[in-house]
Amino acid sequence: MAITREEVLHVARLARLSLPEAEAERLREQLSAILDYVKQLDRLDTRDVVPTSHAIETGTPFRDDVVRPFGDREALLANAPDRLNDCFRVPRIIED
Amino acid sequence: MAFETVIGLEVHAQLSTRSKIFCACSTAFGAPPNANACPVCTGMPGVLPVLNRKAVECTIRTALATSCTVQRRSVFARKNYFYPDLPKAYQISQYELPVALGGHVDIEVDGGTKRIGITRIHMEEDAGKLVHEGEFAGAQASLADLNRCSVPLMEIVSEPDMRTPEEGGAYLRRLHDILVYLGVCDGNMEEGSFRCDANVSVRPVGQVAFGTKAELKNMNSFRNVEKALEYEIRRQVELIEDGGKVVQETRLWDANAGVTVSMRRKEEAHDYRYFPDPDLLPLIVDESWVEELRGTIPEMPAEKIARLARQYGIPRYDAGILASTRALADFFEASAAIYGGNPKTTANECVHWKDAVLAGTLSPETIAHAVEDRERGTISATASKTLVELVLSTGKPFRTLRDEQGLTQVSDTSSLDILVDKVLAASPKEVEGYRAGKAGLLSFFVGQVMKESRGKANPKMVQEVLKKRLG
Ligand SMILES: [Zn+2]
Repeated sequence: MAITREEVLHVARLARLSLPEAEAERLREQLSAILDYVKQLDRLDTRDVVPTSHAIETGTPFRDDVVRPFGDREALLANAPDRLNDCFRVPRIIED
Repeated sequence: MAFETVIGLEVHAQLSTRSKIFCACSTAFGAPPNANACPVCTGMPGVLPVLNRKAVECTIRTALATSCTVQRRSVFARKNYFYPDLPKAYQISQYELPVALGGHVDIEVDGGTKRIGITRIHMEEDAGKLVHEGEFAGAQASLADLNRCSVPLMEIVSEPDMRTPEEGGAYLRRLHDILVYLGVCDGNMEEGSFRCDANVSVRPVGQVAFGTKAELKNMNSFRNVEKALEYEIRRQVELIEDGGKVVQETRLWDANAGVTVSMRRKEEAHDYRYFPDPDLLPLIVDESWVEELRGTIPEMPAEKIARLARQYGIPRYDAGILASTRALADFFEASAAIYGGNPKTTANECVHWKDAVLAGTLSPETIAHAVEDRERGTISATASKTLVELVLSTGKPFRTLRDEQGLTQVSDTSSLDILVDKVLAASPKEVEGYRAGKAGLLSFFVGQVMKESRGKANPKMVQEVLKKRLG
């Protein structure tokens, strides 16, 4: 199942990856091969099979609505490449 | 050409929980930047989200109050996109399998009732807040405050059932009332606890297919939603009449300019690549939990309006004003329980003093005593108003103030007799005139007696005594 160069570039854009021309073609071939491999599953009739999203079929556990402050803002900010006072500083988002 | 408008609304309501939806950080508004954040809600590696039970209960109760079907099994999904207010690079939401489907809300329009369908209700987490700092140290940057990340939201999606901006406004107000009645959302639109996006399109009357829709955002009051819809409908109709075509896009409402403005269309804006979140197992809601929560649903606004009108014999309009706020309706019922009398008067008083009632500075006794004293003729309407104002400024009980201020009307007939005799003796000509048939002179005598009593006489009783004396 071949995918197109445009699809490769689209997915790369969504993932914020910049691809050199040559690499785009190489990835197109590799991704196509992977998709062809997975496509073998289409030979199975899965009409009555509920898609499996999780390996175990129990419900999600809950927590009670209780506040427990983390209390170490510095630790969170320490991971950031840039900060201003107590905020994360990021490249300006252009909105127009 | 005549056009018909089609409106669907999406409401994002912040759920009234103390902690966030997937972590134990506080949801309190107005905390210092990033004070309410932790490794889970800032997307650090290796953390796991754990669902807040209260958030689920708020959503289920909303579903029950809007006649939706609660789904036994629903699934959390990741909505993927890059934006600095979203540290995980995905928002946990629900997509193909939301927690509730297929309900409705009844609104009142043009004296009738119209049913607006609800497509679905799902749970999701909010994103953080970006402050654009402008020019800083030669570089432009934005500042991210992640306090709101993972604050629990529910999204309520309506069917495209509304045909006018008024219907849109009526639906929003009714939905807002329901959420506040349930106590699942504080309803504060300015702080963003209750937000609305609108999908709006127009089509020639008679056409079955929908026109191309625009999505409107950034409306932070009921009035702004109505105004934005009015503007957008006019814009689309004019565009089509001029031979143009509506394009599918997101438009922002600019409240100052009173216009909607196109946001630049991002080519891939809607390629969110949703998939089930592997970190969260399906949400299983069994029937006994639903039934337990059904028992916690209070009387809803529409039922309350109907009951107040029926039980107290007040007009539906008045019942609607009272029921617009649960606290006001409760106050009215408490007042009416203390003094039955004419509930219409009690209703008027409650509406008149609404602000004080909702601020909690008036007690039901005050209104009950004010209404009772007026109806019994002990005080005048003017005195009643003065006294309630005094209650508010001094905090003293109504009847203490009434006696202290000497605002009681003279209603006992023996003291009125004396005043009436005095007035009649001083006006022999008018007495003669009245007896000769000039009935209009009665109000002259009433005025004279009131003057003699320095306003304290009960005008109704004065009239009665006068008629008896003159007749
Ligand atoms: Zn957190």
